[in-house]
Amino acid sequence: MKCRKCGEKAVINMRQHKLALCREHYLAWLPEQVERFIEKYKMFTHTEKVLMAVSGGKDSLGLWHILKTLGYNAEGLYIGLGIDGGAGYSDESRALSEAFAKEHGLILHVVDIEQKYGATIPELAVISNRGQGKPCSVCGLNKRYLFNRVALEGNFDVIVTGHNLDDEVAVLMQNTFNWAGGYLARQAPVLPGGAGLARKAKPLCRIYEREMTAYCLLQGIEYIYAECPHAEGSTTIYYKEVLNQMETDRPGTKLQYYVSFLEAKKAGLFASVEDKAVLHPCDRCGQPTSAPGECAWCRMWDRVRLVKTTVPVSPESVSLL
Amino acid sequence: MEKVTLKYRNQQWELPAGMTARDAIKKTGLLPESVLIVVDGELQTDDVILKPGQQVKLVAVVSGGAA
Repeated sequence: MKCRKCGEKAVINMRQHKLALCREHYLAWLPEQVERFIEKYKMFTHTEKVLMAVSGGKDSLGLWHILKTLGYNAEGLYIGLGIDGGAGYSDESRALSEAFAKEHGLILHVVDIEQKYGATIPELAVISNRGQGKPCSVCGLNKRYLFNRVALEGNFDVIVTGHNLDDEVAVLMQNTFNWAGGYLARQAPVLPGGAGLARKAKPLCRIYEREMTAYCLLQGIEYIYAECPHAEGSTTIYYKEVLNQMETDRPGTKLQYYVSFLEAKKAGLFASVEDKAVLHPCDRCGQPTSAPGECAWCRMWDRVRLVKTTVPVSPESVSLL
Repeated sequence: MEKVTLKYRNQQWELPAGMTARDAIKKTGLLPESVLIVVDGELQTDDVILKPGQQVKLVAVVSGGAA
């Protein structure tokens, strides 16, 4: 197969775009696409301070590389979750993130949950009794909380995550099957900030997972290839495989699904179920919470401190940067 | 019949050489959309004809967790 731009040997064929490209043209094309979506959805500008959520995976490291290539001012934040899975999963992902930052002269902030607060994510899941035996719920709660706190403490204008189109359509499919109107109304390429919440943006929301993997392979970016041991058998992965079967049979299905959703949303299809919840500052830490009183994060650590004496009395006052 | 070796995570298949990578992927039961093809260290499109003795790595593109 030949590159559509120069006729040289293609390294990737993107059926959804009817576009095959060689290495050189692909590595130029992908950052152009990302920049196009950053601008289209008004995510952030070149003068703003960006906090990149870094996991050590292909999407976050690939996106960080693209943001640097495009000249954005993006510092990274890695959250150490203490997940081992028999293979030192978190240790390896942290080492890869730190090596990437060093190689590219980028600033990486690290918040190690066990070091800061005295318990790992798997321990938290067991002690707090959240998430029905799986740590994904406490993992998400901690990440959302800590990303927001670091963004506010560090005066960042926006938090950027590496969610790609496959992530977005998997969530979309799950929410469609459940007719979860509130979640559908909230799903967007950019979530505006305000009331103590930092703005959040997903520059890869229209980029296929496959394209990010190819970008990392071609750029020689070393990323963590192993799955999170807790993601095995997850609903998200199941939906992704179903969607990839559809994409194999009908190229462009995933992109069409997402873009049509955004158009329907823009036309007001979900206006009646839009979240109008008022946020309140948490009585202890001041971070926004949907109900008055203490936030879920403070309550969770209170419960854990009853069991683990290593947890500080006031986890909310531990400095992050 | 001459063979080609395909590797994916901790699995391995020996398949007859001479077919396209896309056909070979389908024979493994994997989805062409869920993998990328690396032949002797080079990323390739899935219309490439697999030759005897080549080492073919199928790179998983699906991830579902965050480290």
